[in-house]
Amino acid sequence: MFTVPDFAHLQQWIIRSTEDDVRRALDREHVDIHDLAALLSPRAEKYLPQMAARSSRITLQRFGHVTQLYAPLYLSNLCVNRCAYCGFSAGNRIPRRTLTLNEAEQEAMILHERGFQHILLVTGEAPKAAGVDYLEELALRLRDRFAALSIEVQPLEQAEYERLFRAGVTAVAVYQETYDRAIYQQVHLAGRKCDYDYRLDTPARAAAAGMREIGIGSLLGLADWRAEGLALALHLQWLRKQFWRTSFAISFPRLRPAAGEFQPLAPVSEKNLSQLIFALRLFDHNVGLLLSTREEERFRNGMIGLGPTRYSAGSCTAPGGYSQPDIEGEQFSVGDHRNLAEVSDALIAKGFDPVYKDWDKEFQVFNLESLSS
Amino acid sequence: MLTIAGTQFSSRLFVGTGKFASSREMKEAVEASGSQMVTVALRRVDLNNPHDDIMQALDRTKIHFLPNTSGARNAEEAIRLAKLARVASGTNWLKLEVTPDPRTLLPDPVDTLKATEQLVKDGFIVLPYINADPILALRLQDAGAAAVMPLGSPIGTNQGIMTAMQVEIIIQQARVPVVVDAGIGAPSHAARAMEMGADAVLVNTAIAVAGDPVRMAGAFRAAVEAGREAYEAGLGKPSKQASASSPEEGMLTPDLDFIQD
Repeated sequence: MFTVPDFAHLQQWIIRSTEDDVRRALDREHVDIHDLAALLSPRAEKYLPQMAARSSRITLQRFGHVTQLYAPLYLSNLCVNRCAYCGFSAGNRIPRRTLTLNEAEQEAMILHERGFQHILLVTGEAPKAAGVDYLEELALRLRDRFAALSIEVQPLEQAEYERLFRAGVTAVAVYQETYDRAIYQQVHLAGRKCDYDYRLDTPARAAAAGMREIGIGSLLGLADWRAEGLALALHLQWLRKQFWRTSFAISFPRLRPAAGEFQPLAPVSEKNLSQLIFALRLFDHNVGLLLSTREEERFRNGMIGLGPTRYSAGSCTAPGGYSQPDIEGEQFSVGDHRNLAEVSDALIAKGFDPVYKDWDKEFQVFNLESLSS
Repeated sequence: MLTIAGTQFSSRLFVGTGKFASSREMKEAVEASGSQMVTVALRRVDLNNPHDDIMQALDRTKIHFLPNTSGARNAEEAIRLAKLARVASGTNWLKLEVTPDPRTLLPDPVDTLKATEQLVKDGFIVLPYINADPILALRLQDAGAAAVMPLGSPIGTNQGIMTAMQVEIIIQQARVPVVVDAGIGAPSHAARAMEMGADAVLVNTAIAVAGDPVRMAGAFRAAVEAGREAYEAGLGKPSKQASASSPEEGMLTPDLDFIQD
């Protein structure tokens, strides 16, 4: 099992980096974990343009002039957890709702009509209302209409991920929120999510189940982002060693205003976020990097081609929000309100091809024989 | 310290026992190499005869004995040979070699994987000799191989690490130790493999056919130690740019004015 080094140790590691370390790291064809520590350090800040240039070159070489697009589909905002930062936290007084399978299908079809081929199914943690049976049934209903289905739901067991994979789910996103154990305990006040180690082991369970892509990430704003970056890289490195058949992606969710009015414990500026994205791209040339509608239009446009490979678009974070745009009960308020066509146009204007379909359901069609094995 | 299948080795130099002028010279060379892992071709040694030259020359209390299946042309032959070896030698360690082409002695990936799967099930500690194919290395690791032994160049060619790019990928990806085997013709080749991060190297011909095999064994010992030390000390890698701190020629620095805070 993956274990995270002590957070203070990670911070020390980064802080000790000298400007020479940064320059050496920028010179390297392959940035290792020590170089990454330097690139995440305050000393690297004045080299941001060089980091951006390098990150852009690597991204172009590996992924080309394309950006993938997807939309989240919020299925339920019920949650058994009390997380200080989250709009869905059990303690918040918001209208609660779990879409019926028919309602969920209707929402999905709206996204389909808008042109989306890749959707991310999202729930809070409410296994009774939106458990594996529910997700499996929904995936079976949607699989023929979408090229790819991802999930961002409560941590599951490996056998449950296997069921969902066979039902057509391609990818799993599960973010540690923070790798800093002390802060983790501080912001997760009640519920199953309080178990740091179970969550930390979740990407490995999903990968072991055969999922094609695993998304990891930290919720930026909880703990020192530099050490978060290093911990993320260590986690990624470990996962790659264990699961060489699996693709990986990293998300960079920055805390957004949400019900509960939680204020970031460790604010992360756009400059910080950029440094984190560039540094991780230099560290891992192949990892998918996601920039969601948490970020504003200006920032997302500016970042096109510099490192990120996948954008969400036209997102609503409340269950039922695509058929009823003024609905309440969102997880957080988004920063970029453009629809799919507008985001696509911005990509095209920068010389990038917006890619809607980059997978096919046929990859995950199983015959009875393989189901029983 | 190098650990393979729970056994620790303080030396990262493995040596072969073939091609020496005499078993006395082989014994002295093995001692000078400091090696704790010595591979022996099953077809060369009479395991049932305690007076066999090779067997007598090796102090098996100090040196780990690694029988190899040299000469096997397919999985079936290799498995049969391995089982005979285990009975006679009392060790379940095995360097798996499946080489259908007697000219190049290049390993057969398909039968090597097949034999590994079977031998692991049968309780062997399998170290397969392979071409420097990263996916094959991972498939063997998944099948339960205790280490992988990619070749630097075809056996006996003394060409060094011609497969460097592939070997580097194997080193980056593998969870099991990586032992660079075959093609290492000079101590500098061994040092390079160790600098790249290989866990060990296996050398035979370059020592056995040297003018003075015992001195050459000592030279390889020093090279392997130096290479490992350099790797652990954090080698400055060659760079394509003179300095990244100055704007790179021919590369536009992106406009980052969109970043607001």
